[in-house]
Amino acid sequence: MAAVTAPADTGTTTPAGATATPAGRRRRRRGPSARDRRDYLVFIALAGPNLVLIALFTYRPLFENIYYSTLNWTLGATTATSVGLANYREFFTSPDAASILTTTAVFTVATVGGSMVLGLMVALVLNRRVRGVGFARAAVFSPFVLSGVGVGLVWLFIFDPVVGVIGALLRAVGRTSPEWFNDPTLTLVMVIIVYVWKNLGYVAVIYLAGLQSINKDLLEAAAIDGAGPRRTFFSIVLPLLSPTTFFVLLTSILNSLQAFDLLRIMNPLGRGTNTLIYEAYLQAFAGSNRVGYSATISTVLFGLLVVLTIVQLVLLERRVHYR
Amino acid sequence: MTAVLTPATADQPPPRPRPLSRTNLVATITTGYVPLVLATLVVVLPLVWMVLASFKTSSELLTQRLDVLPSSFAPTNYTTAADRVPFGRLFLNSLVVTAVGSAIKVVLAIMTAYALVFVRFPFKKVVFGLVLATLMVPPQVSVVPNYVLIVGLGGANTYWGIILPGLATGFGTFLLRQQFMSLPASIIEAAELDGAGHWRRMTQIVVPISTPAIATVALVNIVFEWNEYLWPLVIVTDPDMMTLPVGLTLLTNSENGADSYGILMAATVMVVLPVLLVFAAFQRYIVAGLTQGAVKD
Repeated sequence: MAAVTAPADTGTTTPAGATATPAGRRRRRRGPSARDRRDYLVFIALAGPNLVLIALFTYRPLFENIYYSTLNWTLGATTATSVGLANYREFFTSPDAASILTTTAVFTVATVGGSMVLGLMVALVLNRRVRGVGFARAAVFSPFVLSGVGVGLVWLFIFDPVVGVIGALLRAVGRTSPEWFNDPTLTLVMVIIVYVWKNLGYVAVIYLAGLQSINKDLLEAAAIDGAGPRRTFFSIVLPLLSPTTFFVLLTSILNSLQAFDLLRIMNPLGRGTNTLIYEAYLQAFAGSNRVGYSATISTVLFGLLVVLTIVQLVLLERRVHYR
Repeated sequence: MTAVLTPATADQPPPRPRPLSRTNLVATITTGYVPLVLATLVVVLPLVWMVLASFKTSSELLTQRLDVLPSSFAPTNYTTAADRVPFGRLFLNSLVVTAVGSAIKVVLAIMTAYALVFVRFPFKKVVFGLVLATLMVPPQVSVVPNYVLIVGLGGANTYWGIILPGLATGFGTFLLRQQFMSLPASIIEAAELDGAGHWRRMTQIVVPISTPAIATVALVNIVFEWNEYLWPLVIVTDPDMMTLPVGLTLLTNSENGADSYGILMAATVMVVLPVLLVFAAFQRYIVAGLTQGAVKD
């Protein structure tokens, strides 16, 4: 609201139309006209509800989290005590912190790397002009729109050592199924595989759009100059795709750091797959109900996101090839 | 090589005649079709497996042999799953939350985008920046403060409590703003000269000619609302108010033996199938919407 009234409050400007001074006849550059101000009201009426919701449910929680992170507060309790930075001290000195940060890093790097490399390969496959490619594109993309809970259950079944397909296939060749659920490292590997399966199509379709925007003349010129397919790919296609790669990298990291559904359904207790976001959930909503400590972890995660975004924007964008 | 440019027409055969020699055919199959079929199978087979398993009895699942087809296609597991959790009720909840939530989000996105493009206002760039930045804020980070607020307002186990915090829409606003900016200014100016106010310009000109973009935003919202998990999981504890993904979690609590996967797969089919059908019908819109700078999970 302040933004609307501010220009009109600047003293010297009288409301347009209120006086018949010569200045009123010319279009005044200072202060909005009556028509402008009608527009301002229209703007507030149209955009206001959404902006209020954004302020209330997206931005307020970020600041609220920072405040909560200084409290010792149990969910549902009417009182909380201020503890300063004790929650941060506890998190960073606890033995769990190292494992949570490591798990987060491994999960993020593996899922981002995996879906980008495989996604680009799938995009190259989908870039052929053959019959049925339209169906293949839709099929490859489809897991991305499916419920993470549903996808997680389907793969829990496939990985199940007793009744799962993977176990059955391994037994058929005389091997036994790995203990996906008893070994925390294997559990993490399993969740990474499923996450990559679910998000591969998204990366592939974005890369496909990038591939299709490459000027065919460049590829033909390279072929005439005697460059083989491998040379063409690494020396021409990949550099030309760098804006796409930059975009995919940014969104994939953000998405991976937010991964929740698969982790919750495939490994509810979080042993081996306990990332920052999952630990924040566990602390607030599973058993101990420590709001302050959970908010501390959320704040650490958000700080990490901000830093990563800035680093990417500053460092990477400079090197990205733009046409 | 440039005969076909857009993905929409790419699956039609090229118009010019092509020599179908034997070497050409072999090359097409090995370099074109084999990887294509492999990529498709990797995605489709797990989903087919889910459907097949949803018809298998627990003794069939426990044989440890690899029988592909179930012995019968009787929907026993489906009725059992519907007995364990109130599936009809969960379906209704998901339907209400998805329909109301995405309808409001689309209206909010249209209004905000129209205001940002066509209505005079100072600091519009700042306002848009604040809307755009929400795409970088993971909703998971907001869960605890929003939980405290909504529970305090009495929104636990209510439809409005599930819907309200997710209504703020940065993604739809961003997409529609791009669309509205691409409209020819002359149309809007002509309407303005005819004396049409903002409301009429928006509802009778801008919205009708932007239908495909609005459909895209609506479909993407529908898919996300249907799959939304973390927020309904924490804000709802009453089984009668749960959405389908949360109900599915509830079902895993009671059906946790290796022999219960038939029931779980039947329930999963019921959760996943509606989205698959919507996707199959409108995949061009959904893929386009999700890949145009979307940063949501």
